[in-house]
Amino acid sequence: MASTACFVIISKNDIPIYEAEVGSAPKKEDLAYQHQFILHAALDVVQDLAWTTNAMFLKSVDRFNDLVVSVYVTAGHILSCCKHDVLFMLLHDSRSEDGIKSFFQEVHELYIKIFLNPLYLPGSRITSSHFDTKVRALARKYL
Amino acid sequence: MIGVGKAKQYANVLDKPLSRGRQEVSLSAFAFLFSELVQFNQTQVDNIAELERRLEDAGYAVGARVLELLCHREKGNRRETRLLGILSFIHSTVWKVLFGKVADSLEKGTEHEDEYMISEKELLVNRFISVPKDMGAFNCGAFVAGIVKGVLDNAGFPAVVTAHFVPIEGQQRPRTTILIKFAEEVLHREARLG
Repeated sequence: MASTACFVIISKNDIPIYEAEVGSAPKKEDLAYQHQFILHAALDVVQDLAWTTNAMFLKSVDRFNDLVVSVYVTAGHILSCCKHDVLFMLLHDSRSEDGIKSFFQEVHELYIKIFLNPLYLPGSRITSSHFDTKVRALARKYL
Repeated sequence: MIGVGKAKQYANVLDKPLSRGRQEVSLSAFAFLFSELVQFNQTQVDNIAELERRLEDAGYAVGARVLELLCHREKGNRRETRLLGILSFIHSTVWKVLFGKVADSLEKGTEHEDEYMISEKELLVNRFISVPKDMGAFNCGAFVAGIVKGVLDNAGFPAVVTAHFVPIEGQQRPRTTILIKFAEEVLHREARLG
């Protein structure tokens, strides 16, 4: 079954530092813009939600037609106007929560390894092609 | 991908496991590196405040990374949302990983609501450093203050963090105190969360 999925890593001030279309459905140009728009709209909901719980995986925070937004917050998180968070957002139409949670956890590990690099400026775009390959492989495995 | 038998050389750092690895680093190697760091920065600046700020910036980068790594390793992906939670996280977990022991004490300031202090009898970074008299109140603990600041800032608790010497009766070397002063928004949010 073809599935659409759009995965974005967002850092401070809502700047995406990594994005990937990881669904298996054929991609259309205008669909990609719509996905990003939906993800941005979901950001406001995430802010309030992130402070209420200790957990990192916030499950599905928003819906749009038949697409669901799931969010995973890492250790650095949000402060009212000045945003300090790094979050992973996934727009998808699949139903398995566990698969998504495992996907987020594995990507989190990859992200930490990138972050540990002392020459990596936090908040800058992740350009490593190896990282890209691994994320897509994980997406195929879990989604 | 899994190495069998002898250790495998990983092609890319992303493939390396994020496990504990070696817990200990040679103290003399660290002391040497740190002294070089301080000396290098000394040649670059004209005054003490600037030197402290540079050490703090160096520590800030460390703090940001330590927070992410420790949350993943030690706490099984649970974040801290409360003030006391993050403070005790720093006081025990972070200190234990960085210095091999928990900090000596964590106190709440008596004069102001937003001040907290972490004290240490002998800060590891200061152990092999003697400050000449003409540098006044300069404290290399600014590096550790930077680490604490990095952890707090990235966890969503912005604060001003400084390191001070506190002379103790009957002891030759003064105690070091890291003073943490939280920004207002942190206190408002704490009050709101109840």
